[in-house]
Amino acid sequence: MDAPFLIAAVLTLLSAIAAISLRNVVHCALCLTLTFLGLATLYLQLGAQFVGLTQIVVNVGAVAIVIVFAILLTRSSDNPGESRFNKGAIWAGLICAAVFATLVVAINTSYVSMKSGAPAPPLTVEKIGHELMGRYVLPLEAIALLLTAALIGAVIIAMKESNEKGGGQ
Amino acid sequence: MTLETWLVFSAALFCVGLCGALIRRNAIIVLLSIELMLNAANLNFIIFWRYGVNADAASGVMMVIFSIGIAAAEAAVGLALVIAVYRHFKTVNLDRIDSMKG
Amino acid sequence: MSEATQTLWLIPTLPLLAAGALALKPRDNRGAAKALSIGSMALALLLSVRALLESLNLQGDHGVAREFFNFVWLSFGAGEAGVLKLGFVLDPLTAVMLVMVTFVGLLIFIFSVGYMERDANFKQFFCFLSLFAAAMLGLIVSNSLLLLFICWELVGVASYLLIGFWFHKPEAAAAAKKAFITTRIGDMGFLLGMVWLYAETGTLLFYDGGAGCLEQGAIAALVAKSAAGGIAVSTCIALLIFCGAAGKSGQLPLHVWLPDAMEGPTPVSALIHAATMVAAGVFLVARMFPVFAAVPPGAEGGAAALTIVTWVGATTAVFAALIAVAQNDIKRILAYSTVSQLGYMMLGIGVGGVAVGMFHLIMHAFFKALLFLGAGSVIHGCHEEQDIRRMGGIKDHMPWTFYTYAIGMLCLTGLPFLVGFVSKDEILVSALHGNTGSLVSLLPFLMGLFGAVLTSFYMFRQVFYAFFGTYRGEASQAPHESPKIMIVPLVALAAALVFFSLPKVDPWGWFSGFLEGGHQHEIPTGHIALVIFLSVVAFLVGASLAYRLYFKRGIGSADAPDALEERFPEAFATLAGRFHVDELYEASVIRANAWLARMADLLDRKVWNGITQFVTQVAVMFAWFARLFDEYVINQGFDFGCRRVNDGGRVATKPQSGAIQSYLRVIGISLAVGVLLLTWGCSGS
Repeated sequence: MDAPFLIAAVLTLLSAIAAISLRNVVHCALCLTLTFLGLATLYLQLGAQFVGLTQIVVNVGAVAIVIVFAILLTRSSDNPGESRFNKGAIWAGLICAAVFATLVVAINTSYVSMKSGAPAPPLTVEKIGHELMGRYVLPLEAIALLLTAALIGAVIIAMKESNEKGGGQ
Repeated sequence: MTLETWLVFSAALFCVGLCGALIRRNAIIVLLSIELMLNAANLNFIIFWRYGVNADAASGVMMVIFSIGIAAAEAAVGLALVIAVYRHFKTVNLDRIDSMKG
Repeated sequence: MSEATQTLWLIPTLPLLAAGALALKPRDNRGAAKALSIGSMALALLLSVRALLESLNLQGDHGVAREFFNFVWLSFGAGEAGVLKLGFVLDPLTAVMLVMVTFVGLLIFIFSVGYMERDANFKQFFCFLSLFAAAMLGLIVSNSLLLLFICWELVGVASYLLIGFWFHKPEAAAAAKKAFITTRIGDMGFLLGMVWLYAETGTLLFYDGGAGCLEQGAIAALVAKSAAGGIAVSTCIALLIFCGAAGKSGQLPLHVWLPDAMEGPTPVSALIHAATMVAAGVFLVARMFPVFAAVPPGAEGGAAALTIVTWVGATTAVFAALIAVAQNDIKRILAYSTVSQLGYMMLGIGVGGVAVGMFHLIMHAFFKALLFLGAGSVIHGCHEEQDIRRMGGIKDHMPWTFYTYAIGMLCLTGLPFLVGFVSKDEILVSALHGNTGSLVSLLPFLMGLFGAVLTSFYMFRQVFYAFFGTYRGEASQAPHESPKIMIVPLVALAAALVFFSLPKVDPWGWFSGFLEGGHQHEIPTGHIALVIFLSVVAFLVGASLAYRLYFKRGIGSADAPDALEERFPEAFATLAGRFHVDELYEASVIRANAWLARMADLLDRKVWNGITQFVTQVAVMFAWFARLFDEYVINQGFDFGCRRVNDGGRVATKPQSGAIQSYLRVIGISLAVGVLLLTWGCSGS
């Protein structure tokens, strides 16, 4: 248990907890950003440098922003007195605890045991590029298609509907 | 640093995300929690890549690259949906959006 | 078998065909009515005469000659016991009856042509008359008790139709009904006797070559068996059959219909209620004589059945004669006279056998028919007046009628040496001869004698009232002689009677020989002389009494009381009221019948109807229950079931709350459970 991991882990976890439990929704989004950053550090610690930086660029730079925009666009007129947790929150908490317990039990009882602290394997960006264009070219094209579709879909869904006859109250 | 520790941490992160998805009323926070869960899974991939059998293979990393991409797309579409829902129901309070009831 | 026997069936069939043809013709076809009925009757007469001649031919020295012709009518089983045979018989009894019925019938048919001239239902009258003639003739020629019974009933039907011919008169309709019902009561006994006879002997044929029910074998069997009370079966059967005869011939308890039957037209009274139908009862007894006379071998005295017949006959003779003394309707006097004479006939058969009774029957038919036709002529001539008190002095206005009537009346009363005297005398002789010395057994004779006195008295009374003195009716309408067509039959009958009375002819000698096949009774001459003397005395006593009371004193006006009535008012009133027998029946039998009918009606309306209603109500109740069941149990049960399913569905949809996070919770739990299972499953294996 070395210090960098510990600090990063704690930071990430705390900000994650904060993200889900703060009252102000914008604060939650900002804490999410913090969580992503923490995760990026952890990636770097694990030696996946490209992934870590991609994490920052995509998640922090795009996803979190989109979330903030969505929050701004859906400023709800909830009465402030209302709780931010729903009715079955206790049960949900218990369930999550159960899930966590299950996972820990699974981890601990699994036969996968690794050596600790192996040196970081060398994985250059060039190698990643080679992989993408070589072995993983098909997923690449697929994800391109997916992204296009998602883009168009999101635009259409979120677009303001004009001349809707009869529907949409 | 053992594999188990990393895994436990990743599990904890996942469970936090799950908790958020189950607890919060606001649909956007739920999506946010789902992002958390996805990221926890990504972390899992990298952990296993790092402490895996064949450290040379790039499969873990590739997987995560794709996963991040997909997560982003999914976040976009999901939030677009939330906006559409907000337009219809005038709220993003999940307690009120129960017309799928029965 | 002779030709006559083979064609015997034609004799009843010809009038039957005439009746059938007339029934189909339109209402006012008088020519056809006259031609068909008189023609068929004339033909029947010719055939009957031929049959008589044939029967005379067959006559031998031993026993009675008989020819019969049987045929199978119904077969309902195997063997001899499974067939019902009918047949015709030609024997002396049949032959003489046939000739009498056809001769008298033909004369009455001719008389009716004149009498019913003005009636609207002329054709129907002759149709019914022909039907009656057919039935009567069928009854006579029948060789089977069953065929006889069928014809017997037909005769009753025809009598009903004829008595009630003027049906618009309520008295006529009531009289017809009374006749039918009274004779029906007697016929019940007849039917029982017939069935019993069939059960005992296995056959209803009279003569069947030794196997018939009147022949030796059967009679012996009947006499040997005895029913309850030690009475021989033959006596029981005989008495039951006598019930039928008593009804038809108007013997004492069942005589009430005969006087009322005078409501019918006079030819009907003449034919049916003087000569033929009422004689059918006597004929039946004569036909069934072997059964009546059968005595068990070694038994003392005469047959019990014959004794009862004798007593009933004697009582009826006196009873009816007493009533006749006080009647004022010309036909009613003759009716009661008929009842009385029928009693004599029964008495004759009872004490003297078939020949004695039958001789009186045949002779009586002639002179009674003559008297009735004469009365019809009188009524016709006096413009439908029937009360003798309103007649008088008719002998001057209607001479032909008077003289013929006188002949008939003298025969009836028994003027010595007329044929009526002979027939009545034979009866009295047999009655005297059959006595066993005790007073009781002498009584029938004494009653017969007393009846003779009365007969003489009332007939002379009637004649003095109607024919002598001055006319007491309406002055403007003097009586007139009847047309020729009505006089001719009267003359014919009177001539026949005169013929029979001639000493040379001696009908009795010939008759008894013919009928009984040569064996005569041995009667001491002293008895015969005594009886003749007493009969003459009886005649003179009656005649002189009537003469003194009615002729010498003269009859004042129509409303003057009867001479007897002045002397003995209560007795006269009882006699005039016919001994109140009708009232007795009305009070007892008819009331009981009405009560029974009321009870039956109540039973029907209340009990059976009640039960039916009850069953209906039960059915309705079942239906109501079924409806209830259907509505509440089935419908609501089903509804309840459906609602439960509905509720179940509703409960099942509760998890589908629309709240996404609850779904997620479920997924979370499932995930945890799944992983655990996986882990433990893997680690276990």
